[in-house]
Amino acid sequence: MAFTNEQLERYSRHIILKEVGVKGQKKLLNAKVLIIGAGGLGSPAALYLAAAGVGTIGIADADAVDLSNLQRQVIHTTNDVGRKKVDSAAETMRAINPDVTVNTYHEYVTSANILDLIKDYDFVIDGTDNFPAKFLINDACVMAKKPLSHAGIIRFKGQLTTIVPGEGPCYRCIFETPPPKDAVPTCKEAGVIGAMGGVIGSLQAMEAIKYITGAGDLLVGYLLTYDALKMEFRKIKLPPRGKGCAVCSDEPTITELIDYELPACELKQGNEE
Amino acid sequence: MKITVAGEKKDVKDGLTVAELIVQEEVETPEYVTVSINEEFIKNDTFDTYVLQDGDDVEFLYFMGGGR
Repeated sequence: MAFTNEQLERYSRHIILKEVGVKGQKKLLNAKVLIIGAGGLGSPAALYLAAAGVGTIGIADADAVDLSNLQRQVIHTTNDVGRKKVDSAAETMRAINPDVTVNTYHEYVTSANILDLIKDYDFVIDGTDNFPAKFLINDACVMAKKPLSHAGIIRFKGQLTTIVPGEGPCYRCIFETPPPKDAVPTCKEAGVIGAMGGVIGSLQAMEAIKYITGAGDLLVGYLLTYDALKMEFRKIKLPPRGKGCAVCSDEPTITELIDYELPACELKQGNEE
Repeated sequence: MKITVAGEKKDVKDGLTVAELIVQEEVETPEYVTVSINEEFIKNDTFDTYVLQDGDDVEFLYFMGGGR
């Protein structure tokens, strides 16, 4: 595949980087990334991956755009309120970069559909807002050996890690099981500063781009935490993979996907946070 | 004795347990925090009995569920 003149111009700032170059840009154009959740994290991740020329981007979300989303979910506009988030996000991505093929999945991820959803993608970005989904995505990615960027945000804090199954620890190595319903506050209850999604979601896009191009070192084996009030990033080294982990150790005790229950308040509102 | 907590050096009393450190550090939702000591996770049911040693490097890892 040769670049068109338009592509050479569009991606010129990538191509000039020795870590990317023509080769890396071709890898991006041939890559497939799935973003689960078109919200605070998924919005900036999707914007940057589309702009970067990731050739195929899947976006999964069952919700419609709500006015209360717009403080942070920057892929949607005021005119999109009421539309399916996946449609609004897809339209924005296509407008940014016609090179990108966008696949939309207007559904929640469950044990029944997730393996099918992730199977055609090279890298998965978890931009969901609840523990049942985060554990499900982790377990499915470990089982299917799909690299994953996991992240979470709340108030003025955020954190992320990159999980490459077989190479480093997974989410369940850190947290064995989801907290009980309503034990840990959600963004809806506790609030979140809008720009936090921008910081952490952009870092997730960065990890996807590094994974695809092979540039630099991934955040495998580390949890990067960000405290905006202290303006402090910390890169916390995690123990090695799988030591007693129920899903990613060599003798896993969890071999089937689990649909954990959502907190009652979130179920009523259809997972809207 | 001196230990490191979340990257900060601290002077603490000898014989301090992880459970006592959690109280001292005002850890949020202490029931659901993951603790690593010298880059090894310790089991949550050992917080009361785990006695910290001079030079230990302690990290608290928190659930963060938001994202959309």
